[in-house]
Amino acid sequence: MDTIFAPATARGKSGVSVIRISGPEAFVALEALCKPVPPRHASLRRLKYEGRLLDEAVVLTFPGPNSFTGEDVAELHVHGSLAVVDAVLRALGELSDIRPAEAGEFTRQALENDRLDLAQVESLADLVEAETERQRQQALRVFSGAVGAQAEVWRSKLIRAVALLEAAIDFADEEVPTDVGPEVRELLEDVLQGLKQAHSGSFAAERIREGFEVAIVGAPNVGKSTLLNVLAGRDAAITSEIAGTTRDVIEVRMDLNGLPVTFLDTAGIRETEDEVEAIGVDRALARAGGADLRILLHENGESPAIEVGEDDIVLVSKADIGGGDISAANGAGIDELVSRITGILENRASTAGVAVRERHRIAIRSAIEGLESVLDQLKTSPDMAELVVSELRSAIFALDSLVGRIDVENVLDEIFSSFCIGK
Amino acid sequence: MKHQDADVIVVGGGHAGTEAAHAAARRGARVVLVTLSFDGIGVMSCNPAIGGLGKGHLVREIDAMDGVMGRVSDKAGIQFRLLNRRKGPAVQGPRAQADRNLYRAAMQAEMSHPNIQIVEGEVVDLVMVGDRVSGIVLADGSKIAARAAVLTTGTFLRGVIHIGDESRPGGRIGDAPSVRLAERIDDMGLPLGRLKTGTPPRLISQSIDWDALEMQPGDEDPTLMSFLSNGVHARQVSCGITHTNPETHEIVRENLSRSAMYGGHIEGVGPRYCPSIEDKIVRFADKSSHQVFLEPESLTTDLVYPNGISTSLPADVQEKYVHSIVGLENAEIAQPGYAIEYDYVDPRSLTSSLKVQGVDGFYLAGQINGTTGYEEAAAQGLVAGLNAAGDALGLETPRFGRDTSYIGVMLDDLTTRGVSEPYRMFTSRAEYRLSLRADNADQRLTPLGIALGCVGEERRAVFDAKIDALEAGRARLEAQFVSAADAANAGVKIAADGPKRSLYNLLSFADVGFEVLQGFDPDLSLADEVKDQLKRDALYAQYIERQSRDVERLKRDEAHAIPPDFDFESLTGLSNELRQKLCAAQPETLGQAGRVEGMTPAALTLILAKLRQRDRKRA
Repeated sequence: MDTIFAPATARGKSGVSVIRISGPEAFVALEALCKPVPPRHASLRRLKYEGRLLDEAVVLTFPGPNSFTGEDVAELHVHGSLAVVDAVLRALGELSDIRPAEAGEFTRQALENDRLDLAQVESLADLVEAETERQRQQALRVFSGAVGAQAEVWRSKLIRAVALLEAAIDFADEEVPTDVGPEVRELLEDVLQGLKQAHSGSFAAERIREGFEVAIVGAPNVGKSTLLNVLAGRDAAITSEIAGTTRDVIEVRMDLNGLPVTFLDTAGIRETEDEVEAIGVDRALARAGGADLRILLHENGESPAIEVGEDDIVLVSKADIGGGDISAANGAGIDELVSRITGILENRASTAGVAVRERHRIAIRSAIEGLESVLDQLKTSPDMAELVVSELRSAIFALDSLVGRIDVENVLDEIFSSFCIGK
Repeated sequence: MKHQDADVIVVGGGHAGTEAAHAAARRGARVVLVTLSFDGIGVMSCNPAIGGLGKGHLVREIDAMDGVMGRVSDKAGIQFRLLNRRKGPAVQGPRAQADRNLYRAAMQAEMSHPNIQIVEGEVVDLVMVGDRVSGIVLADGSKIAARAAVLTTGTFLRGVIHIGDESRPGGRIGDAPSVRLAERIDDMGLPLGRLKTGTPPRLISQSIDWDALEMQPGDEDPTLMSFLSNGVHARQVSCGITHTNPETHEIVRENLSRSAMYGGHIEGVGPRYCPSIEDKIVRFADKSSHQVFLEPESLTTDLVYPNGISTSLPADVQEKYVHSIVGLENAEIAQPGYAIEYDYVDPRSLTSSLKVQGVDGFYLAGQINGTTGYEEAAAQGLVAGLNAAGDALGLETPRFGRDTSYIGVMLDDLTTRGVSEPYRMFTSRAEYRLSLRADNADQRLTPLGIALGCVGEERRAVFDAKIDALEAGRARLEAQFVSAADAANAGVKIAADGPKRSLYNLLSFADVGFEVLQGFDPDLSLADEVKDQLKRDALYAQYIERQSRDVERLKRDEAHAIPPDFDFESLTGLSNELRQKLCAAQPETLGQAGRVEGMTPAALTLILAKLRQRDRKRA
């Protein structure tokens, strides 16, 4: 294994920047810059290279395998200046037997040293990128191995089912329980239910990871942009008395009680001759259709501009100038709206399962399909046990790909290509 | 005494040895088969049956390569049954009860091959030139030179026989163990383990009250073991079925301390799937009865093999518990049951051609590799014989893949995973079993056998004729299409508005037989064998297609060859246990590495990363 180094913190001015070194030569490299330090203790050291003082830094060492990567790891906490960081990196670069890390290489070392499994590697990226509390909780849950643990539970039940069926095949001449069907069915139905839950929960989990979208939709001039600005607490969208002011979709990202939510202000829905406005209306309809939740605003006496869907929030705007539910101008009904949105989204987020990515969902989907056809097969031709087992094995295959037991190479390439340096 | 030198020496004349000698001889090698006694050639030392689930598949594969076990079984068969007849064709296994004497005679006749010379004697040592075996030394001091040697010594390596608390050295009952040869293998530094196996007491047929027993006859239309056989040779008989009862169990339980196994005299590991009567009663204490099959050993002798009550209890206890069983109240024991412990060589120290790693020209086959069963032994004998001949004569090396044969599954299991109990074949070990049927073993392997030069003229002609008939039949069915409405009218369970389908496609419906197809093609006339095979192929076609995608995936991993000098020892970041397992197995491909027991995704990634690193360095 090579010894590698890279900054572990974002580039830019800050109080402290951390440079990480990992690999068999990590401590040799460190000791080229400063005096030795005791393991797992913060020590203040002057970093020198070729007689020049580079910086004064807090230095930590973690001897492998009890480190993030499983290798010997050293961390230099230097002053967060571009010049200092560059000087230290330059010095490290001139040493032999050590080279700059490639994208994702620290994590790769951790994976190769069995410190993390595949799902944990994925969630590490999520954890680093988490912006809200719910994102952090979810990433941490996956990072602590929840996907692998759940897959293992399902796997062991399916393997039990396979074992029962195989016993009936390979020991036909002996005294195995003749009808293994009932126990097999029970096991399969149990796993199928769990998989279905995880499948539907994966949509919510994905939303937590990527953010919910809430679209504000209505006829021109009902106060959509004004509402967005009130929600955002700043003038994110231009507002005016002129109908059709908003042409493009304006996005504002917010944290609602730990949930990442993007509000979308859209062009007012109406028939129009104006070519640019017509494009805006089309976009408004498309984004509204794809949003997780829609707020349909209309004025008193009018009706909503688009058809009202199940969970849509329909509100009469401009409560300040006549009967209505909400007023962006005087703040009436705003708190209620926010808590109503939060309530709906939290309710959806609460179903989030351990599967958080498209890759997980595809694996689970194909396991579900496999199990459904196994159950079907058991019903229609129970004697063809070899076909039932064949289907069942494919389902196990699908689950195995969840934690990366098969097709290792493809999954790895996919993961490591989406990784950024130094994590 | 001076013996003629050979290309290949085969040590041992059991199921592995005979198959190895014959396979090497078929490839044109001059073979010397060394056995303790000529009479011991082809002896069935355990139960008098060949085949079964997984095992029957192996016999068919041996036969497809023109091996001897299948046709010898058919000559000796006194009852034929196809197991799992109600289940799908992939998991049906042909099985034959064999007359021991007929079997031995037929096998000895097969050994009178012009290329095989049989020498009686005990092999005590190998002659080595550097790392290459160049011959063997017999107990009388004489030597035979050869370019390759196949060792098939079964349980003879430090065999110890136990009957109750009595024990003595011995291989099979009545034979001497090969202690000196075992020491030679010790000196080679091969890792050894210890296993055990048991046999039941043999009973005198006349003393059994057959009228009190349920009888199991063979199939009316016997499924034979060899593709070349046309009918049975011997008179057919039935087996008897009886059961143990609470009294039997009480007798065994009271005497457990006198059992070799439970009295602490045996340390070897026995098979979980073939437990002794002591094991059954201890481990399945809640069962009050176990099945016992009474298998006639021969048409001409009066011995019966009671399958299901193997034991290492003392002779007087055996007599007592046998007499407690219905039908056996007055049964006479001709030979008490015994347990035998023996050494085996950890098969992970072999390559997939069964050659010992690091020793050239030296092959091991059969029970010595930790397997159990005649069929497993014979299949290994075939592989070792073909390879030893190839080695000696500079011919092509056969490759048996997991996706094309049970033989390939077994070789891969043995050499990458090793054994923790005597290894027996099951259909469930073969992940591609839908394609690996007993009935298509010839289509899978006979072409390979022809390419290797180990298939004779007769088989080749029979095979070619069968393939021609199959292809013609399939082409005819694939060329004719019927509308969904017509098919539905004829009773096929499909929607009447669906697409047109070929007759072959209709055959893939479980309840469509040739009588339905005949309605569409009145002139259709195919041999029964061809019909059966087409029906089976059609039945699995869509599953096999899906399976072939898995095979592709497997092949991708198999394509990542791990060079022989790859240093598993230097892989950091693996648990010590896994590193040791990898060092022992020396997997030849990434696919094999993935099947090493306890393998983790991370470890596999690590090996892949190392392989890529090497490639990069070389590039």
